This record gives sequence, structure tokens and C-alpha cells, in this order.
Amino acid sequence: MNPFRRSPFVITATMLVYAFLYLPIVVLVLYSFNASRTNVVFTGFIPKFADTVLADGSNIVQSPCGPFHWFCELSKNTDVTNAAKNTLTIAFIATFVSTVVGTMAALALQRYNFKLKSFSQLSLYIPIVIPEIVMGIGILTLFSQLFGLLNNVLNLNGDARLTLGLGTVIVSHIAFMIPFVTLVVQARLQGFEKAYEEAAMDLGANEWITFQRITFPMILPGVLSGALLAFTLSLDDFVITFFTNGPGSTTLPIYVYGLLRRIITPQVNALSTVWITIVFLAVLMLQWIQNREQK
Amino acid sequence: MLKRLRENKSAQGTLLILPTLVFMVGLLIIPLLLTLVVSFGQRSPDGNVIYSFSFNNYVRLLGYSTDCANGAKVCFDPLYAQIMWRSLALGFNTTVLVIVLAYPLAYFIARAHPKRRNTYLFLVLIPLWTNFVIRVYAWMMLLRQEGVINIVLGWFANLLHIPFTPLNMLYTPGAVLVGMVYEFLPFMILPIYTSLEKIDNSLYEAAADLGANSLRTLMRVTLPLSMPGVVAGTILVFIPVMGTFIVSDILGGRQVILVGNLIQRQFLDARDPTFGSAASLILMILTLIVTYFYTRKFGFGEEIVVA
Repeated sequence: MNPFRRSPFVITATMLVYAFLYLPIVVLVLYSFNASRTNVVFTGFIPKFADTVLADGSNIVQSPCGPFHWFCELSKNTDVTNAAKNTLTIAFIATFVSTVVGTMAALALQRYNFKLKSFSQLSLYIPIVIPEIVMGIGILTLFSQLFGLLNNVLNLNGDARLTLGLGTVIVSHIAFMIPFVTLVVQARLQGFEKAYEEAAMDLGANEWITFQRITFPMILPGVLSGALLAFTLSLDDFVITFFTNGPGSTTLPIYVYGLLRRIITPQVNALSTVWITIVFLAVLMLQWIQNREQK
Repeated sequence: MLKRLRENKSAQGTLLILPTLVFMVGLLIIPLLLTLVVSFGQRSPDGNVIYSFSFNNYVRLLGYSTDCANGAKVCFDPLYAQIMWRSLALGFNTTVLVIVLAYPLAYFIARAHPKRRNTYLFLVLIPLWTNFVIRVYAWMMLLRQEGVINIVLGWFANLLHIPFTPLNMLYTPGAVLVGMVYEFLPFMILPIYTSLEKIDNSLYEAAADLGANSLRTLMRVTLPLSMPGVVAGTILVFIPVMGTFIVSDILGGRQVILVGNLIQRQFLDARDPTFGSAASLILMILTLIVTYFYTRKFGFGEEIVVA
């Protein structure tokens, strides 16, 4: 029997589910080239020159950027570029810290016995089994009460007052990302041969050299996939950021959400198209790296 | 020297775990305890917290109120219980639908030629990594009265010369359900795929040799062995659905209010953090109870790590 044989039912269902996954994305991208300013109906691609007059002239955008008009507008929108900067700053810092801290925790939990071990392991499961909003409002309450208290006690005024901002978002992101990094690295450590390390020690390497030359290279794939997971979680995060951001620390998801509640503009579609393109290229690169590793 | 290291093992472990503990205690456990304390407090006129020990907020969540329109002392309005129930039902419906959609796809990928599996998986990753908020927006574009679905239906109606009035799809419970299913589908596909991929081909061959037809093989081999993936996926889908407020906010408008929206509004518009804290604790307890009984029945899959 051919092990790869599949029933027509499975194939049809698969194709339908893939269509369900991609239909909204295709529509989103198509509309980012829409000539209609209100983005209601797709009125065709944006003409390049101002002298191209269409029937419904009042509603049509004409632009020197041609079909990429909304992308040109997007790059001029400082709110968007600032939000993009914030998003990346938060993601890079939080990923770096949570990867280091999370890997340390995975090593501790997998290799060492210490007091509070089961407590630590349990606390790492909490962010996974409670809804994000519970953690979000908890952190918001903590910061607002703490900052209120400190501002009063230290008599801080004006710009010196402690408020929500990039710092609070980064710290909160680190907190919710650590458990994911730790669990991924722990899974990697479980199938780890201790014999290599023991051999290195027998040959006279000290603990640090052993870690540098043996342990770290062996757990590196786990650490990298943990970091990648953390990075995507941070980029994608809405709820925790929503409750911990302040003026000047808006991220892209928060910015888009704010727009959606008020107006719909093809700029949001252009932004989505840029985002999807980046994701697509990242995924492609990842697959290319994986294929090379397998060879 | 080795002896000294061995003696220090416990200290080394503590040192390695310390930063994690600082974050977990400082930004998880203390905030949760603070939420508990605040939930017993009362709202001050300017929207701040007055610390006290009253069960007022919990009584209010049950539907009893002392702030009645008709002058009565205590009145009953099960509004909040209805919101809780609506969220639970939506969580349940979303999870079931997502399992039904995810299973054939995961099965297809797991049984595909190993060379092509990665490509199929990456096709699942692209929508997953496309931002959560952007994905809700995409459904807004599809479901609006002037949206793509209505345009396409209109074309067909025009072709067949049938009078057509655009359907009202946005701002309905159905729109929220579709949005939730779309948002969380990849979180079910990946763990189910992981557990299906582990099934040894010889088991299928053995089932065929012993005369089992495909339905019997599915019921006796495939489904039982993939349960860990389904359990992990359910946890990854059900819990976030219960707490999400963007999908209902954007696709449900003011029509579909879930626990998440209720909590969010207490911290923004309505400004009663004490009531919001109580609601959020109840939400946490609800999800923990459901997860506990569910995992006790079906076990806790390690597949949860992959997604």
C-alpha cells in the first residue's frame, strides 16, 4: 500500500482550508493598490499620471507613484514609521533578554536541583494557561499603583514623572516571552547526551570551557528557535502592549487597531502588504536555511 | 575542584533561575495578587481604587445591583452572567470548528511526501505570522456591506437577474465566530500535525493487513494517537478565545460583548478597575476549571511547545 495515498475527501478539505487561510490575505493585498480613496469598492489600479481622468474622477487617486501610491503615502506617514521603529526596538531588546534569561532557566531546571524548583516550573506554565488579558490588566494595575506611589513619595513632577512607555512594554514583553523560550530550550535539553560534557571534563576542560565548546553549540538550535518564537510573539503581541504602552510607545498593531476604530484607509492595506511581504520573505529564508541544513 | 563545584550545584542552579524568578514574581504573581486585592476594593468618584474588603464587585457580576431604576433596594439583571456564558459558548464553538477544519489539513501534511511537508507547513505559518490585528481587518474588508463577499454575490445575482440586497454580515455574532476561527486555526493545525507525524507508517500497514477499512483505521489508529495534539491545540485555542477582545470589538461592534470587552472597558471607558479586576479573576478561574477538567480527561500533551 502506498503510504502517501490520500483520499479525495482529505485533498478537497485541505484545498478548501488553504483557500480559507489565503482568501483574506489576497483581498487585503489587492486592495492596497486600489484607486478608490475610501477603499470601499475596488475601482481598478491607480493611474500613474494626473491627466488620466476616469469616469468617477472625484473618487479616484492619481499619483506619481502609480499603483504604489498608498505605499508612498505610508512612507511619508511619521506615525507609521515611529510605530515601526517602536515595534522593532521592543522586539529586539525583549527577544535578546528573554532568550538569555529563558535559556538560563532551562539549564537550571533541566540540570540542577535547588529550592523553589517546582515553584519555578509551575510559574512558567501560568502565562500559557491564563488568558493574556488577565496578565495585561494585572501588569497595568501594578505599574499604575507603583508609579503613582513613587511619583508621590519622590515628589516627581512634569517630565520626571514615571509613566507607561517603551520601558514598561519591553519589561512586560520579556515577562511573557520567557516561559516560551524556556519550554522550547528545555525540550531540546531533554534529548541531550551528558556523555559529551563528561568526556570534555575528563579531558581537563573546566565548566566554562565545556559550556562554551560543547553544551552551547549543542543547544544552539533550540535557543535559536526559542528566540525566533519570542521575536514573532513580540511582533504579534497586541493585548499586553495595549495595556502597558503609553504616549510615544505605540506599536504597529496598536496603531492599526486605533485606525480601524475610526476610519478605513488603503494605507492600512499598504501597511499589511508590506508586513505580509516581510513575513513571506522571512519564511522563505527560513525554509532555505532548513533545506541547506538537511543536505 | 570538582568537589567544590558539586557542593555549589544548588547555588549555581539558584543563580541561573534567579532572573526568571524576578520576572515571574514581579510581573506575574504580584500583579495577580494585586488584581485580587483590587477586586475587593471600590471605585472612587474619580475612577481610582479605594482599598476595602467588600464582595460588591462579585455580587454585581452575579447580576445583583443596588443601583436600581425603579427605586427598589436590590434588583437582578443577569447581564454579566450572560456575557460570561456567551464567551464560554463562543470558546467552545470556535474550538470545535477549528478542530474540524484543522484535522484534515494536518493529516494531509503529515501524510504528504517528506520533501513537500515543509512547504505545506510554511504555507500555514505565513497567515499565522501575518499580524493578529491585520487578520481581523482582512475579515472586515470581506464582510462589510460594501465588502468583497457582497460584491461577488452581487455579480452573481446580476448575472442570474435576481434582485440583490447586500447581506448584513459585519457586526453579527457570526462575524465574530468566523474571525475567531480564522485567527486561531493555525494554532490547532501545528500541534495536530506534530502528533500525526509521529505515527509510524507500519501501524497503518498493520491496520490494512488486518483488514481494517479507512474509516476503521481512522477511528482506531489515527484519532486515538493524535489526541495529544488535539488537546494541546484546544488549550492554545480555547484560552485565548475566552480573553480576546479585538475580534469582537472590530467584527462584532457594540453588538457582541464578550468578557474581554467587559474587562477592557472597565480599564478605559467606564473606568472601574475594581470591577474589571473581579471580572478578570472570574475569567481566569473559568478557564482554569475548564482546562483542568479537560486535561484531566485527556492528558496534557507536550505538543503545546511546538506552536
